[in-house]
Formats: sequence, structure tokens, C-alpha cells
Amino acid sequence: MDVPELIHARPVPRPSRWIWAGIVTLLVLTLAHSLVTNPEYRWDVVGQYLFDPRILAGAQWTLLLTVGAMALGIVLAVTSAIMRMGTNPILRGVAWTYIWFFRGTPIYTQLVFWGLISVLYPRLVLGIPYGPTFWTISTQDVANAAVLAILGLGLNEGAYLSEIVRAGLNSVDKGQWEAATALGMSRGKTLRRIIIPQAMRVIVPPTGNETISMLKTTSLVLAVPFTYELTFVASAVGNQKFLPVPLLIVAAIYYLVITSVLMVGQHFLEAHYGRGFDGADSPTGKSRAMSKRQQAILNAGTAKAGPYLDVTP
Amino acid sequence: MTPMIEIRGVHKLFGHLHVLKGIDLTVQRGEVAVLLGPSGSGKSTLLRCINELEEISAGRVFVDGELVGLHEVAKGNRTVLHRRRDEDIARQRSRIGMVFQRFNLFPHLTALQNVMEAPRQVRKVPKDKARKRAEELLGRVGLADRADHYPAQLSGGQQQRVAIARALAMDPELMLFDEPTSALDPELVGEVLNVMKDLASDGMTMVVVTHEIGFAREVADQVVFMDDGVIVERGTPAGVIDNPQEPRTKDFFAKVL
Ligand SMILES: Nc1ncnc2c1ncn2[C@@H]1O[C@H](COP(=O)(O)OP(=O)(O)O)[C@@H](O)[C@H]1O
Ligand SMILES: [Mg+2]
Repeated sequence: MDVPELIHARPVPRPSRWIWAGIVTLLVLTLAHSLVTNPEYRWDVVGQYLFDPRILAGAQWTLLLTVGAMALGIVLAVTSAIMRMGTNPILRGVAWTYIWFFRGTPIYTQLVFWGLISVLYPRLVLGIPYGPTFWTISTQDVANAAVLAILGLGLNEGAYLSEIVRAGLNSVDKGQWEAATALGMSRGKTLRRIIIPQAMRVIVPPTGNETISMLKTTSLVLAVPFTYELTFVASAVGNQKFLPVPLLIVAAIYYLVITSVLMVGQHFLEAHYGRGFDGADSPTGKSRAMSKRQQAILNAGTAKAGPYLDVTP
Repeated sequence: MTPMIEIRGVHKLFGHLHVLKGIDLTVQRGEVAVLLGPSGSGKSTLLRCINELEEISAGRVFVDGELVGLHEVAKGNRTVLHRRRDEDIARQRSRIGMVFQRFNLFPHLTALQNVMEAPRQVRKVPKDKARKRAEELLGRVGLADRADHYPAQLSGGQQQRVAIARALAMDPELMLFDEPTSALDPELVGEVLNVMKDLASDGMTMVVVTHEIGFAREVADQVVFMDDGVIVERGTPAGVIDNPQEPRTKDFFAKVL
């Protein structure tokens, strides 16, 4: 078959692109120039402290606090979200109160409170209230600063994530519940096997966001007080040497590196839970014109038409 | 022999909305009953009362002689009604297949996984056995070569056929269809109706809500015309569709045919 003459039309001129390119180049050059020439940055000190053992330990603690708090937060969030959607009014009330309290008070106050827990409750007791006690332990023995920091951050995070999880669970079409129920699947099975895997598409992106936010919120655990995490260590070293700026840059570099790693992880999680929703064979999906969520909603037909849609002759 | 479905004096209220107003219906084993009627007349609700997706407000529904959703306990010289436990209701439902207008396939699972899911999770069928059966059922609805496709990669007609295979995987003794072809492009309706006709000729007991009058004429043993929450007229396709007696039925078919 003959190929006709292909179109080689000139694109529409877009002068605004060139203007913006000029402005941005100018700004970047100015910034780069100051970074290099301003002696206050002390890049030599940045290099010297980048792999300082105290800083490395601080970065590790920050990572550990983030992972621990998010793990606790996710468990609490899923539990409380399912409780709120359940049929038991007592559990619904418990979940509601938890979210109300931990979202309604500042995280800093909560962390100070957890730091004081061994003053408020010197002993932890396992037993029946007003009845016999089986086991008792000093609070200080189990609750060191790291545990309290993770507890404080995790409890607060769980309350926020709970709303995200609930929105995710609610985003799944009612028809999915009905189909699973009609097949004889129990509520728990339906949640685990059918609803949660679909809700993950909606839950993962904001949870990734929360994780990145948590990475930086960990610097508040000074309130407990917990003093081994990155921001505190970096500023302590900086103040000690009278060189706060280069040490803050060191800390910022670690935060950026960890955030970048988290973003890569988030990308793969989103691809995994998007499977079956983008109409492509590969789990990563090539078609990017629409956002994955829009496509998924379209393909799954979940957001279209009410449940009573009828085709009347 | 006990009928497959026996519905006696069933009422359904949604708050103050009286949707079913005293329904009596018997469907024998191997029979195909087609429910016809205008939109909003309560056809879907009636279907959903048979597998307890809705709780009935009054009356009794028996499937295979067993009271659905409730059970009667003798207490002295009278009987008391108890709601069945969730697991018991799930057991009852697992013997009734249901096919929805909007397919409701599980989008994160492949066609094969969709069909295997309930036998694996509810009946604890071993994986190999469930897979073999699922492949067999996909073959039966003509989709053996689509086993590894996700629902989003299938046409509407193919999705609905997977949904039928999924329901059949639980070896139901009764199949409920709620407008299985209404969401399909016209050229895809035939393939789904053909699968349903095959099922009917294999002796499956079926209750079908549909607007496909041709299907009703060809396959139905019993045609039931509903309007405004009551059964207005019932009988053979020839009687109800071609020679209706009630004014409301005449009116409806005058518009449809
Ligand atoms: N869950 C529900 N809550 C409130 N009203 C409902 C519900 N389900 C159905 N209805 C109402 O019941 C009536 C009958 O609905 P339906 O059984 O879907 O009719 P059909 O399937 O014949 O079109 C309609 O008026 C509908 O709005
Ligand atoms: Mg309907």
C-alpha cells in the first residue's frame, strides 16, 4: 500500500515557554552562584559530617521511628476504620472517640503526655479492674523513650490514617459487597479478599504522603524527650561547633534521600494495587493519559450509575 | 416433591416505602420463571429477598423447603421466629447463584481467580481442584482462552459470562438473574442469553428478571408480570405475553412489543 505524504506541520509558536525558561535559568544561576560563593555554607564541613557516626545513627533512628509509627498507625487505622463501619454500636463509639481525641489534640502535647506516663502511672498492672491482679511491672522498665515516641506518633497517625482507610473502603462499589455476599462469603472474608485489595488503590497514595510527612514529624519526639533522631542530633552537633548551617544541610540531605527512597517504594505499591484496573497486561501500565485512579474508576464502572439503574423498555 | 422456591405473602418495606405488597410465587425444580414489569415495580427487590440480600418485612420465603433467613423454634404449643446466624445465612446463599446487571466481577482478580474465589474461600476446595473446575466452567461459557484476563480487559458480554461461571462454581441448585443483559451493547446480548438458554436446557432452576421478551417466550415455563409491588398476572408465555387479561399487563406489552 502507498503511504501518502506525511504531515510535517510547524507547531504553534509558544513564546511563553521561552520567557519562562529564561526566568527560571536566571533564578537557578543566582542560587547556584550563592551556594558556591557564600562562605557561610561551609561545604567542607558538610562533607566532613555527612558520614559522621552520630549523624548516621540519627538518620537510622529517624527511619526506625518513621517505620514503627507508621506500622502502628496502619494497624490502628484499619482496625478503627473497620470498627466504625461495623454493626456493633459499642465498637463504633470506641473508634469514633479514638479518632476524635487523637485528631483533636496537638501531636506535641500528646508526645509530652507520653513522656510523663511513668509519672502518671508508675506501675502497669494486668488483672481485672477492682478484682485480682495477675501481673505487674514498673512502667519505666517497658516504656523507654523510643517506645513512647513510637507509641505517641503511631497513635496520632492512626487517627488520621483511619479516615483515609475509611474513605478507601467506602470507595469500593456496593456491588462488590453484594457479589461476595451472594456467593456466601462472610463479612471478614469479603473485607480481606475483596474490599481491602481494591480500597488499597485509594489508600496507598495518601498513606505514602503521610509516611513522608511522618519522616519529618519524628523531629518532634524531643517532647518525650527522645534525643537520638536526626534533627536533634544535627542541631546539637551544629551548635556545639558553632556551625548550625552546614549541619542543617547534612540533615536535609538525609531527609531528601529517605523521601526519595519512599517515593520509589510508593510508586511500586501503587503499580501493584493498580493491577487489573488499568486495562493493560503489565502491572505498571503504559497508558498514562488519565490518572490511574480515573481509569480504574472508569473501568471498574463503580462510580457510574446508581444501584437502581434500570433500562426500561 | 418440595418446590425449589415457595414465596408466601411476602411484604417488603423500606422505611415507609411499601415495595412488595403480598407476593405469592412458587417455582418448581428445573423451572424457568421470568419476571417482567415496569421499572420500580419491585422485581429486583423480590429477587434479592430470595437470597436474603434484603430481609423481608412479612411473609415467608422457602428455598428447597428451608425457611430463608429465619427459622422457627417450637416453644410449648406455639412457634417462635428467630433470625438465622450469619454463617447459616451464608450457607443458604452459597447454594443460590446470583448474576447482576452490572456484572460485579472482582476487578483485581483474573477471570479464573474470580471463578475460583468462592469455592476456595467458602468451601475450602483445594487449589488444584478449584482451578480445574474453574477452567471447565470458563470453557462452558466459551471463555477458556480468557482465563488470565482481568475483567477490565473483557467486553461486557464476556464479563457477564465470567459472572455466570463464577456463580456456577458454587454448584448452586438455583440461579437468580437480575437484568443480566441490560448493561450490554445490543450485539453482546445474544452470547449471554445463549449461555442462559444452555443452562435452562440442562435443567437449572432459574428466576430471571429481564426485558428480553424473546428470551421469555422461548425459555420461560412461567411468566410473572409485576407492577407496583404486586403480581398482576402469571402463566405461560403464550398466555401472559400474547394474550394478557389484565389491563395493566395489556398496557405494558402494548408499549414493549
Ligand atoms: N435499598 C433500598 N432503599 C430504599 N428504597 C429502595 C431500595 N431498593 C429499592 N428501593 C425502591 O423500591 C422500589 C422497587 O425497586 P426495585 O425492586 O429495584 O424495582 P425493579 O427492579 O422492578 O425496577 C423502587 O421504588 C426503589 O426505589
Ligand atoms: Mg431492577
